[in-house]
Amino acid sequence: MKLRRPRMAPSAYVWLLLAAIYFVIPLYSTLDFSLKENKAGTPCCTLHNYGWVVHNGDFWHTIKISFLLALETIVISLVLFVPTIYWVHLKLPRLRPVIAFMALVPFVVPPIVMVVGLLRTFNGAPGWYYGTPWGFLATAYVILAFPYMFFSLDAGFRAIDVHTLTEASQSLGARWTTTLVRVILPNIRAAALAASFLTLAIVMGEFTIANLAAFHTFPIFLQYVNESQGFPAGALTLLSFAITWAAMLSLLLIGRKRGARGAVVPATR
Amino acid sequence: MTYLQLENLHRRFGDVKALNGINITLGEGEFLSLLGPSGCGKTTALRLVAGFDRPNQGRIVVEGRDITGVAPNKRDMGMVFQAYSLFPNMTARQNVEFGLRIRGGDKSAREKRVDELLELVGLAHAGDRYPHQLSGGMQQRVALARALAIEPRVLLLDEPLSALDAKVRVQLREEIRRIQLELGITTLYVTHDQEEALAISDHVAVMYGGVIEQMGTPSEMYTAPKTPFVAEFIGTMNRLEAHVVDGAAGEVEHAGKRLRIDAARGRANGERVLILIRPEALELTAAGNGADGNALRAEVLTQTFLGPVTRLKMTGGLIADMSTARASALPVGANVVAHVPAGGVQLLTLAEDQELPDIGEGT
Repeated sequence: MKLRRPRMAPSAYVWLLLAAIYFVIPLYSTLDFSLKENKAGTPCCTLHNYGWVVHNGDFWHTIKISFLLALETIVISLVLFVPTIYWVHLKLPRLRPVIAFMALVPFVVPPIVMVVGLLRTFNGAPGWYYGTPWGFLATAYVILAFPYMFFSLDAGFRAIDVHTLTEASQSLGARWTTTLVRVILPNIRAAALAASFLTLAIVMGEFTIANLAAFHTFPIFLQYVNESQGFPAGALTLLSFAITWAAMLSLLLIGRKRGARGAVVPATR
Repeated sequence: MTYLQLENLHRRFGDVKALNGINITLGEGEFLSLLGPSGCGKTTALRLVAGFDRPNQGRIVVEGRDITGVAPNKRDMGMVFQAYSLFPNMTARQNVEFGLRIRGGDKSAREKRVDELLELVGLAHAGDRYPHQLSGGMQQRVALARALAIEPRVLLLDEPLSALDAKVRVQLREEIRRIQLELGITTLYVTHDQEEALAISDHVAVMYGGVIEQMGTPSEMYTAPKTPFVAEFIGTMNRLEAHVVDGAAGEVEHAGKRLRIDAARGRANGERVLILIRPEALELTAAGNGADGNALRAEVLTQTFLGPVTRLKMTGGLIADMSTARASALPVGANVVAHVPAGGVQLLTLAEDQELPDIGEGT
């Protein structure tokens, strides 16, 4: 059942090249910049700026906070949204457009408006929640990640026959939880992974909410360095880029299972 | 002895009465097909037995125990679905083992059972393949093995062959019957294909509009349909509306023509009846050759080659099957005489205002 890979048109290569240039040039410029000495006029090249970043305690501290926040956001979102979207697909399909509309709200409401609203709403909440990133900020990020989570997972659930798989599992004696964990989850894994990547990327780069709520996350640190020390900021940017990619790769490796295929492909033979 | 009993089952979806009081009694090890056109309620009935849906009224009893309110995962019903329902993330073997793993128990015993079942459905060699690596027919075999693995009290099959091509369909239906007989498992089979139902069932229940029109053995259904709908749905049938004109002599009148039908003898004059004649019972001769007593005149409209026989459709809604060799003498446009045999023709009484169901062309 192998499909022959279609030939790419010559114009496609041109567009691919243009897109590559668009992405690579800023990265190259940043790299070039990061290899310069922290004073004008010195020749290329030095790793001094990278050394500065690696030996900076704030760098490790903030990137750890952001990374753990991202993981927390992913876990909360998956626990909240996977069963919800499963149930909506199975029992309440009429609710789907309502949820899809709600998922658009974080896109429409600017983060600055959202954070003001959230700060007012949760003002007076206990300190462990309001005063730490693990409480308040995670809540805000779950809301921010909602559209990405919903639309990825929704696509995943649409790709499988939720009804038949659920009924088949039930008729074989499985309970709801068994069905969800053993039958449904493995078959929407690709969608859940995609949703997790997007969430990770959002949390690692979110500035407005963290800044206004006065939490020291990685983007806040990055912005601070950028303002005060130009050359190390370049090194910091590239390192954070590499770390985020490494995080995504590890998520991919954890999420991938041997042998099985994620998506359902109906056999036609 | 009664094993499975559906008592007065009703199911409404809004204003639509999907099931309007059906009653079925099935003995242990028997194979019943629910047959009918789409929307007749057959799948609804099956889903009620499986527990995926609840009746508005009535009850379902298995081995004397009322299971109407029991959750589907506690019913011990093996189900094979119309859509491919194998778990895509598991191999064929893992699919078959799924229900056994949920029940727990010894691993080696489980594996032995899976081996036996894969052997039974002829897929011992394909246990390690994933569903996307199996053909449609193979997937349904695995689904059957998976449903049988839990040793269900009743096997439920919801049009399991409808997505397969004709050849595989015939092969697999015979295999389903073989396995059902071998295991002696009580089976409910839903299909819209009357040939399929007649070929493999002990009993057939023809459903229409949420009720069972008639239930009986395949040969009863074919030779003695009790309602106009069953007559139309099972096989192909000439249905001629008529009135009894002379009950003593057994004469009826159809389209201004008097016909003698044995089955009309003793009926009241003026009674509205439906004459049922199988296409193979209608004898055709070219017009002008011999007498045309007890016969209808018609013109050949179409000829359909069906291999050994050719089906001729004529004016007046007449259908006749005759040997292909003889049919060549009666080309399209030929005027023919269709001889109605007096014996072996069935009559149904029609109420004066009864309308005939129209389900399109029989096959």
